[in-house]
Amino acid sequence: MQILGLYNYWIFIVLMMCGFYVVISRGNLVKKLVGLNIFQTSVFILYISMGKITGGTAPILTGTATVYSNPLPHVLILTAIVVGIATTALGLALVVRINEAYGTIEEDEIHAQSEDEAL
Amino acid sequence: MTEHLPALQVVVPLIAAPLCALLRPGRAVWLLAMAACALCLLIAALLLDRVLAQGVISYAMGGWPAPWGIVYRVDAANAYMLLIVAMIGAVVMAFARPVVEQRVRLPVRKQPWFYATYLLCLTGLLGMIITGDAFNVFVFLEISSLSSYALISIGRDRRALTAAYQYLIMGTIGATFILIGIGFLYVMTGTLNMEDLAARLPAVADTRTIRTAFAFLTIGISLKLALFPLHLWLPNAYAYAPSAVTAFLAATATKVAIYVLLRFFFTIFGAQFSFGTMHLDAILLPLALAGIFSASVVAIFQTNVKRMLAYSSVAQIGYMVLGISLVSVTGLTAAISHLFNHALMKGTLFMALGCVSFRIGAVSLDRMAGVGRTMPWTMGAFVIGGLSLIGVPLTAGFVSKWYLILGALERGWWPVALLVLFTSLLAVVYIWRVVEVAYFQPAPEDRTTGEAPLALLAPTWTLALANLYFGIDTSLNAGVARRAAEALLGVGQ
Amino acid sequence: MKQYSIPRLITKLLLPLILLFALYVQFHGDFGPGGGFQAGVIFAAGFVLYALVYGLDNARRIMPPWLLRVGVSLGVLIYAGVGVAGMLLGGAFLDYGVLDPHDPVHGQHLGILLVELGVGITVAAVMVSIFYAFAGRGR
Repeated sequence: MQILGLYNYWIFIVLMMCGFYVVISRGNLVKKLVGLNIFQTSVFILYISMGKITGGTAPILTGTATVYSNPLPHVLILTAIVVGIATTALGLALVVRINEAYGTIEEDEIHAQSEDEAL
Repeated sequence: MTEHLPALQVVVPLIAAPLCALLRPGRAVWLLAMAACALCLLIAALLLDRVLAQGVISYAMGGWPAPWGIVYRVDAANAYMLLIVAMIGAVVMAFARPVVEQRVRLPVRKQPWFYATYLLCLTGLLGMIITGDAFNVFVFLEISSLSSYALISIGRDRRALTAAYQYLIMGTIGATFILIGIGFLYVMTGTLNMEDLAARLPAVADTRTIRTAFAFLTIGISLKLALFPLHLWLPNAYAYAPSAVTAFLAATATKVAIYVLLRFFFTIFGAQFSFGTMHLDAILLPLALAGIFSASVVAIFQTNVKRMLAYSSVAQIGYMVLGISLVSVTGLTAAISHLFNHALMKGTLFMALGCVSFRIGAVSLDRMAGVGRTMPWTMGAFVIGGLSLIGVPLTAGFVSKWYLILGALERGWWPVALLVLFTSLLAVVYIWRVVEVAYFQPAPEDRTTGEAPLALLAPTWTLALANLYFGIDTSLNAGVARRAAEALLGVGQ
Repeated sequence: MKQYSIPRLITKLLLPLILLFALYVQFHGDFGPGGGFQAGVIFAAGFVLYALVYGLDNARRIMPPWLLRVGVSLGVLIYAGVGVAGMLLGGAFLDYGVLDPHDPVHGQHLGILLVELGVGITVAAVMVSIFYAFAGRGR
């Protein structure tokens, strides 16, 4: 049952593919950002999984525990979460501005307007 | 303080950025940002000097020694890159003030944020180059990317917004791929320090995890460096960003991504694994050639000159990747010296276009008729940049093309050498289209604008003259590039 | 504006607790899970709740945009300042050990406390700024 034992990695793969698919397939700019978020979050799960050690506790020296989880991936992913927040905020800010400039957040409609402009 | 130079290289712009954000709009903000950029350039020059004289410099952040803490490690390759980025950063900052005050869609009270964002972008780029820690590369990559999305979005054309959005989506996917790759490397080796990674990887190299990591890193970095066919974000982003931003990003951002590619494939994975086991050159070579050829052809048919040069950038990136895929000292020298030379020529060209749009308000071919006579200095710089882009002897562009052809012939790939020559002719075509319109067509009667102000011309000409200087004295761009190539391949010294 | 007394009352009751908890997470970060990122976000969440219930204008009166602008920069400057202080005292950048010349362990405590304070200030200010920017758009 090794395959089931690695279920968190399966979740990572499924989430990653879902997010990636949403980014590629949707024309709505906000939905694309949602997909991007899922995509990024899946990587957080990958990192957190790799830091977990069965039976390990939080790495605080209390004297009672002997097995600790690896804190480094968690710290790394804290940084990546902050990056994810910044990306989402910036992306949404751009969507707000795009909506003000074009009056729509559908990619094909924006594209049609840009085509007219280019001619 | 000299032992702190590696830290100061990143810390100076990092401190200057929030200070800029605190200041009121006006001259003082620009002066502060300019001083920070100049200081960065000075530090980069000192670092290069010391590295060439004494060899590798290591700096342990927070006093935590190498495999545990984050280490800044400067060798010939990244000292050279630091100099390129800091130089372009300083020259473009000198150029930026009139552009920011008149040519971007930003209310006056928000102008300090431009300088803060620019400095953050510089921080990120310098940090990516100088760090010796794989995860740190990702962090700095995101600092520079996020600020560059913001910088692109303030272009006057509303299409700048969609361009920035598209870049954000593709850039984030690329960065996340890099993150996954680094994660897999960490899982297998338990370390993030680049040297430590290089030492521990061979033991586990023949596993599926490492090969997957290699694939994720290749795609992720290729997205950031706009390797054909992952370049789709680039033309719009460069075409609609404010001219100062375009000049800065075109000359630095993709170059730094190429450096990251070199660092991962040569230093961490090692040339043997990347090219011997994984046969990366078999992928890079055709993509590079296809990119050079198709982007050059597309550039010929553009009417927006900025967009034309953006496509030309994709082609130039192809030349660099071609040099890498030769996997020889000559090939790498060509790639690395082209990083420098391309920064010079594209900096010149985009800044000259910035001057044109400052006066005329557009950079489309039909609007540029006759600018050669009304703006002789601007177009003079453009022509010098164009000649360098084509690779005419006695310009900087010639040096790297020369090494590229030498490298191709060394491997016996004479069709590649011929293709490099042929695509240079394509560059002649698109540069000539601009020159023809600018010099041989009459200016519209109602044009009253004259030459661009000195504040714009001086930085543009600084880079233009650098194109000529480094075409004659090649000790910096080719000489140091060779040492960097030898350092990356682990030969010579 | 219609008065919803229950959310208003609950907010008044909760707000001090949220802010206090943020400070606890901030300063207990030395000994347990916590730190500037989390504390900053919790602190900002308190303000977001206040703004949601009492309106953006009231929130702006308590936490004006210029203060946020200072906060955003100040946090980064504290962080970098601690790093530079380490440099000036003879250590490497961000070397906390040299902050207290007599006791490096105490120096480490001091350093991480200040750095996390900087992180906390910046994160809180950035989060509230983002909220203001989106909530105040198009009004």
